[in-house]
Amino acid sequence: MDLELMINSFPKLLNAAVITLKLLSVSLIIGLFIGLFFAILRLNKNIFINRFAYGYSYVFRGTPLLVQIFIIYFGLGQIEYLRSTVLWVILKEPYWCAIIAFALNTGAYTSEILRSAFQTIKPGIIEAGKSLGISNKVIFYKIQIPIAIRQSLPAYGNEIILMMKGTSLASTVTIMDLTGVAKYIISTTFKPIEVFIVAGGIYLFMTFIIHNVIKFLEKKYSFN
Amino acid sequence: MELLAFGDTGWGDELFRATLMTIAVSITAMIIGFLFALIFTPLKLSKNKFLNFIANSYTTIIRGVPELLVIYLFFFGGTGAVMFVASIFGYNEYIEINAFITGAFAIGIISGAYSTEVFRGAIQSIDKGQFEAANVLGLNKLGKFFKIILPQTLRLAIPNLSNVWQITLKDTSLISVTGLVEIMRQSYIAAGSTRDPLFFYSFAAALYLLLTFVSMKLINRLEVKYSRGY
Repeated sequence: MDLELMINSFPKLLNAAVITLKLLSVSLIIGLFIGLFFAILRLNKNIFINRFAYGYSYVFRGTPLLVQIFIIYFGLGQIEYLRSTVLWVILKEPYWCAIIAFALNTGAYTSEILRSAFQTIKPGIIEAGKSLGISNKVIFYKIQIPIAIRQSLPAYGNEIILMMKGTSLASTVTIMDLTGVAKYIISTTFKPIEVFIVAGGIYLFMTFIIHNVIKFLEKKYSFN
Repeated sequence: MELLAFGDTGWGDELFRATLMTIAVSITAMIIGFLFALIFTPLKLSKNKFLNFIANSYTTIIRGVPELLVIYLFFFGGTGAVMFVASIFGYNEYIEINAFITGAFAIGIISGAYSTEVFRGAIQSIDKGQFEAANVLGLNKLGKFFKIILPQTLRLAIPNLSNVWQITLKDTSLISVTGLVEIMRQSYIAAGSTRDPLFFYSFAAALYLLLTFVSMKLINRLEVKYSRGY
């Protein structure tokens, strides 16, 4: 055990963890909107809209995240037309490519979580709203969405943790996140176990925090 | 289409072999995962606090740390560990372990943590009366496990194990960083030499989609088989 290396690499890895958290939070926020959008499409009765939303979630859940990042980072740059548009400002940055891939990926999983949450809402609750003379729009925003959020909290908590692990793939497109820096230190010192303990410890700590925050929210929003 | 031709002119045969490699690594990793689950599930269910702690540490660490980091640990650490063990036996030459074995082992450990949780949940949800009934029938321990508990565990576990299989299959794409030529690595090579990453990575995505689609169909059949009578 090289204790000195562990102590020396701790601040570097901690700095890198900030980038991991940035990647995570930005992609979760964008992903939540994408997920909500596609969950609503999934509840639509029009078969084409329905199928389209299902296809989106099927493709993104059935392929590895690594392929998705590579298609966006290496693949899209190949299209000449894209290079001439404003989008290129975003797509030439590995940071934004990673975030787009993460957001689309977590959006697919989130849409499934929210869809099943919407579907478990008892029709009686919506009918009760209608009988009180509340408009459909208000029923959706004030009744269906809050119940769906509460229903989906446990599954969404798992998704946050999976996504945090997913952000480690940003290191494959040159971003120096926690895993990226860990790999760099390992490949320069050839001390994989020490670095793994420190970097893994930081990841576990973040998992622990997320887990407890979700648990707290679950309690706060529970019916009883 | 020429890009996918078989033979020297295209990448068809290379990608076909790479797909077989992905399937081989996934199945090997899944089996290694089952072996880990076989060890750790009883530890999880044990009444001994220390054994519980060991099994819980395993599943918590593996499920809380990114797969890529675990793969780097094995990729960089595997050779060192094997050479250390070999040096105890007096062998001091450089040993290079096969990328297939390192990769399958790393993914297998990850897959094992998920399988352990699935089996634990399945065994715990079997009705207590079943264990008691097996005792009453005078079955011995092995008979009780293989005739009564295992079939019911499988019925409950198969839907969740199919999720573990999906995760394992997709995780094998990460072994490409160690140089093992599976779908992802082969697409990387092809994309580099033809300068057509969009086509090859999209094709790789399609291959993964095909693999997940076909395996889901097969698993559904198993599910039907094991839920006879329900």
